[in-house]
Amino acid sequence: MCATQPEVTTAMKIRTFGRHIKESLKSLGRNGWMTFASVSAVTVTLLLVGVFVMIMMNLNKVADDLENDVEIKVFVSLDAEEEDITELEEEISSLDGVESADFSTKEEELTDLVLDFGEELSLFEQSNPLFDVFYVKATEPQQTETVAKDIAALEYIEDVEYGEGKIEKLFDFLNAGRNVGLVLILALLFTAMFLISNTIRITIVARRTEIEIMKLVGATNWFVRVPFILEGMWLGILGSIIPIGLVVLLYQKITEFVQPRLSGELFQLLEFSPFIYQVSALILAMGVFIGIWGSFMSIRKFLRV
Amino acid sequence: MIQMKNVYKKYPNGIVALNGLNVEIAQGEFVYIVGPSGAGKSTFIKMMYREERPSSGQMLVDGKDIAKLKNRKVPFLRRDIGVVFQDFKLLPRLNVYENVAFALEVIEEKPQIIKERVMEVLDMVGLKHKAKMFPRELSGGEQQRVSIARSIVNTPKVMIADEPTGNLDPDTSWDIMNLFEQINSTGTTIIMATHNREIVNKLRHRVIAIEGGLIVRDAAGGDYGYED
Repeated sequence: MCATQPEVTTAMKIRTFGRHIKESLKSLGRNGWMTFASVSAVTVTLLLVGVFVMIMMNLNKVADDLENDVEIKVFVSLDAEEEDITELEEEISSLDGVESADFSTKEEELTDLVLDFGEELSLFEQSNPLFDVFYVKATEPQQTETVAKDIAALEYIEDVEYGEGKIEKLFDFLNAGRNVGLVLILALLFTAMFLISNTIRITIVARRTEIEIMKLVGATNWFVRVPFILEGMWLGILGSIIPIGLVVLLYQKITEFVQPRLSGELFQLLEFSPFIYQVSALILAMGVFIGIWGSFMSIRKFLRV
Repeated sequence: MIQMKNVYKKYPNGIVALNGLNVEIAQGEFVYIVGPSGAGKSTFIKMMYREERPSSGQMLVDGKDIAKLKNRKVPFLRRDIGVVFQDFKLLPRLNVYENVAFALEVIEEKPQIIKERVMEVLDMVGLKHKAKMFPRELSGGEQQRVSIARSIVNTPKVMIADEPTGNLDPDTSWDIMNLFEQINSTGTTIIMATHNREIVNKLRHRVIAIEGGLIVRDAAGGDYGYED
């Protein structure tokens, strides 16, 4: 029966594929409200995914920027002589994890303060209450704390200060936000998938006789499956249109508003391009994924081919 | 064409439908399958197009081992087998032409071949002039002829008919039987499960009677043998 074996010519494949696309699009219309419900669920899910990714990626960026700027401020005790300070500088520089140690005298410190807070402070030039200071940078931001403790243990150290707490808090917040967000998104993903698989189930039930005949006359399993997979995929793609549009628009506004106000600051938001295109691609990919996955759940259960 | 050796079928619910069946049906034969309801006729028929698998024993259809046939190979087995049902199973949204063409479209046949073949079989079943009509506009006999056209459009080696005259009046039933005779005369094997005593007794062919999952009678040119 070679005449009935599918001859795999390109023209045939295209014709078959065209048929599948037509069938899957027809079903979208026929399922009406179910199509609308699943597309809405996908839309809400992907919108949250988009906003979440946008926020988390930017917080990560800010944390990175801040991390790179973590400095330890070492106050040198007043009874240190000049040679003690030279020795101290060598000791600090030779510590593990220290990238640089810059010395600044209390006179220089005061000049900085006067520059920042005004001439009134120049009164203190009579009797400078400040300390000589080392600005120490760790090679890795994570080592900041250890380095600070090591320095504190040295001689002639009055006090050691670093962004204690602030960075940790930001990291804690990032982690907590990430976890809460992931749980929320997973739950929404499952809801969307469930709705899609339900829609596909309705299509399968509505086309029971057709499927039965297809199988009887010898349509291959993939031939029977493909229209349903495509229908799921359309649901996913339709559901990603609004989120992509909104995310692009939103980020455009945010960058327009925030970027000028952050110029000269230590941290910056991610550039509009290519970041927002990557987020859009991610949203579309997730839409396609949950669509196809949702239809597979129903195909496995109800089509049995 | 079909060989069964000790074919045994037990359903998951514990019912034994076939209890060691042995039979051989040659290419080109016309066979009636008779017997009371629930005797195993349906299971016997369904196994031929691998809707069911034997629990044990050996069954060959066109040289293919039904028990071992992989799921993805089943479609290709079915392209050699035409199936006709009591309830026609036509698609209401498609017209006569489309219903028949459907069988070739879903196995990705070329459009020009589809056109040729569909018109050929519609001519054969005498419905060429009603090609544009929808199933609901046809009589029962006409609908059954459409479903027969669909089952033979791919020139199968075997045609399996499960109570094809079950929903038809006697006159129409005879029309359908004439069609079957005609199809059989081209060399197509026909296996027909039936409760129609008159047909079996008048249009004599081999009769296989199944009772309690066993073949209790197998006679060339036999009679129906039941009092309905």
